[in-house]
Amino acid sequence: MSRATTESLTATGGGRVGDSPQRPDGNLKVRGEFAYSSDLWHEDMLWGATLRSPHPHARIRGLDVGPALAVPGVYAVLTHSDVPGENLYGLEHPDQPVLAGDVVRYQGEPVAIVAADHPETARRAAARVRVDYEVLEPVTDAETALRADAPVLHPTNPDGNLVRHVRIRHGDPAPAADVVVSGEYTVGMQDQAFLGPESGLAVPAEDGGVDLYVATQWLHADQRQVARALGLPAERVRLHLAGVGGAFGAREDLSMQVHACMLALRTGKPVKIVYGREESFFGHVHRHPAVLRYEHGATRDGDLVYVRAEMILDGGAYASTTAAVTGNAATLGAGPYRVPNVHVDCYGVYTNNPPCGAMRGFGAVQACFAYESQMDKLAAALGMSEVDVRVRNAVEQGSVMPTGQVVDSAAPVAELLALVRDRPMPPAPSAPYDLRELPGGVSNTTHGEGVVRGVGYGVGVKNVGFSEGFDDYSTARVRLEVVGGEPVASVHTAAAEVGQGLVTLKAQIARTELGVERVVILPPDTSVGSAGSSSASRQSYVTGGAVRAACEEVRAAVLARAGAGAGLAGGKVVSAGGDVLADLVEVLGGEPVERTVEWRHRPTEALDPSTGKGFAHVQYAFAAHRAVVDVDVELGLVRVVELACAQDVGRAMNPDAVLGQIQGGSAQGLGLAVMEEIQVVDGVVRNPSFTDYLIPTVLDMPTMPIDVLEYADPHAPYGLRGVGEPPTLSSTPAIVAAIRAATGRALTRAPVRPEHIVG
Amino acid sequence: MTDEPAPESSAHTRRTVLKSTAAAAAGTVVASHHTSVASAETAHTGGARTRVTLSVNGERHRIAIEPRVTLLDALRDRLGLTGTKKGCDRGECGACTVLADGERIKSCLTLAVMRQGAEITTVEGLTRGDDLHPVQEAFIRHDAFQCGACTPGQIMSAVACIDEGHAGSEAEIREWMSGNLCRCAAYQNIVAAVADAAEEGRR
Repeated sequence: MSRATTESLTATGGGRVGDSPQRPDGNLKVRGEFAYSSDLWHEDMLWGATLRSPHPHARIRGLDVGPALAVPGVYAVLTHSDVPGENLYGLEHPDQPVLAGDVVRYQGEPVAIVAADHPETARRAAARVRVDYEVLEPVTDAETALRADAPVLHPTNPDGNLVRHVRIRHGDPAPAADVVVSGEYTVGMQDQAFLGPESGLAVPAEDGGVDLYVATQWLHADQRQVARALGLPAERVRLHLAGVGGAFGAREDLSMQVHACMLALRTGKPVKIVYGREESFFGHVHRHPAVLRYEHGATRDGDLVYVRAEMILDGGAYASTTAAVTGNAATLGAGPYRVPNVHVDCYGVYTNNPPCGAMRGFGAVQACFAYESQMDKLAAALGMSEVDVRVRNAVEQGSVMPTGQVVDSAAPVAELLALVRDRPMPPAPSAPYDLRELPGGVSNTTHGEGVVRGVGYGVGVKNVGFSEGFDDYSTARVRLEVVGGEPVASVHTAAAEVGQGLVTLKAQIARTELGVERVVILPPDTSVGSAGSSSASRQSYVTGGAVRAACEEVRAAVLARAGAGAGLAGGKVVSAGGDVLADLVEVLGGEPVERTVEWRHRPTEALDPSTGKGFAHVQYAFAAHRAVVDVDVELGLVRVVELACAQDVGRAMNPDAVLGQIQGGSAQGLGLAVMEEIQVVDGVVRNPSFTDYLIPTVLDMPTMPIDVLEYADPHAPYGLRGVGEPPTLSSTPAIVAAIRAATGRALTRAPVRPEHIVG
Repeated sequence: MTDEPAPESSAHTRRTVLKSTAAAAAGTVVASHHTSVASAETAHTGGARTRVTLSVNGERHRIAIEPRVTLLDALRDRLGLTGTKKGCDRGECGACTVLADGERIKSCLTLAVMRQGAEITTVEGLTRGDDLHPVQEAFIRHDAFQCGACTPGQIMSAVACIDEGHAGSEAEIREWMSGNLCRCAAYQNIVAAVADAAEEGRR
């Protein structure tokens, strides 16, 4: 039997900031009792299904839901005219219909939704909705979409198919350099491919509103958009976090949220929607494919003089977070290097391809692949080692970024590079080979004659938290009370646990600040203020900061009540010297102390629209990789033998969780380097399955030697630095560089396919 | 033996995970040109049903299902055993791995009617009361998961991998655990957990 998601997690067994205690949800997860959104069940519930457009671009001339309604077991068939509120949503810019009206702009766009008493009935009925499409020519190339004669996909957009153009102008506009290298790089469309597809359960409520149990990254952003589409006040759209089977950016936008609520409100019954794997590929945004043209100029000694870059990010049919992704790619586009003269133009563009938005790394991934490929090219042109040219130009604390922002905390880029460089090399391959160790594994048909080893490096910079003046905050409610004769802290936030271990960390912080053993983590929902998104490597920083701040207020109130003491430890009120002054249980008595705090990091600034200047990012984070690969140069197969990583995390709040994030982020970078790409041809996705869209298995993911540095950031809670994304950046260029080293090929595209090696 | 009633009415009303709210009471139908009144008695897909007896985690369940229902759907939607996950429904991800007579199978690639008489073990069947199976304990000890969506499948696969004698080295574990995807990429810890549990079994 599945458990309700509305249960609290009790964290016992100790663990303060800096420890790695057991996950409070770990026991449930290994027992199969953790209730993911797909596991929810309600008596008398219906199942929803979605009819999606088969065309990337078409006009809808007519819709006939009659045949679908005639299917026995069907309760409702809804289309755009049934959307109760505004038929538009979007994280940054509401341009996406809940259900398509007169036009569809991408393959897979939702057109109609069905509720029925069985999922198969719903699916079959949806297929019977008659849609009269007038197929239109799709705009599938981002640069073509920017031409004046291209069809405009959103006539209300003042800039045609341009979502955003970010300019960075730094230093001399016409600098001269001794050595110049240039290149054009492309990055394919990557999918987040979480294991638990989109799902949720909407339950109609007595007040005419709805309770939605859903796997998401940001409950309040969902609530805002769902309420608007339903035409309901936000307080009547209550969201509850259901168990999340991975996110990686794909759950930042809406998927089935409004659809399930519409069907539940229309039928008066609970409605569950679960996407299958194929539908999931159409149900969420992807990583932006990109074309990146770079020119680097340097002195003969290897000092960077300038970087010029033009980047085109294909945002697909709807804006999603394209504007912010464009901002990231542009502002971080010169990489973790000191460059006196920078000229960047970065464009986010509408096309009829699948919508793109958030994925781990968020614009910084694409730029990193290009600037790191360029740094290798520059090293070759200068006759320097790849590491030396990077170290020579590495940013450090006090460096000025191309936006004019001064790096005002640790930036140990040179040290990170040295750490991975100085790692001992894995043993060289030698005959007789263990087949499992050859590229391609046991499917390799050779005896290893064509195997060549290569080594490559990469380093990257990622912003932590929301940038460019966004009001980025989180809310925490912390309560301290006596339960069963023991002091117990309970922590309530709306922050989404997506596997990163935030529930563990919140308990660690409460234990550290309040000196109690037992911590209850209340289920995230919208009855407490927004925590912001579980994205941008930000929750430890922002929700961690909010929980700490709320704990500090609770502690101050307790100490005031005690009339003495400097802190709480071991369930006691203690003096500054650690002497026990009072028992916390006695001070609290029957009166709990509760505080709710909305906590913000220091404000950031918008970019100047003509120069890109501004204090745009609250924190920079850095990671470096060294990849060692074996390439079968005859078969075009690659095996990543070892992937060493070094990262500065400011403070390892939970060392196990830090390592998990570095391994996971690096693996997704490995996937982008050698296997992962949604293949879109004329706007049509060719590989929406795990048979044809490959993600790394346990055999693809090598051992990872990891160095974790802890240089505290004085601006951040506990000195911490966001962890989850930086390793996704540098892993890809390091692996591709290693393949270049093994093959001698230029390899300007990620992912590298076998035909790029042997073709 | 649990003898479940044949689902003459709605097939999916057995469990209430979330507390029922008043407005969710049955029978509310909104009149609209886009809404039809459907009879709850209607056989939704019209297929003939077969009575099968499934033996799951030591308990026998007699249910009436269409022959085309996968073991995975029967476990999740009919028996309420949602520990077994559906990640792809076509044998690509391994999240639905269960044991049939001790052998690991992907429950999305087999029909429930084909498994009559087999002893099925799901992740819920590994525990003995509150006591975790050694593989479950090893997964916690080694932090061998993040989101946990692949974890039941990984654990069932690991139990079989160890029983098969395929956990003798890290290379062997990787080879024999390669049918289970983990997008959080907790692979290094999964391998360590399997090796640890295998070692414990040998002691």
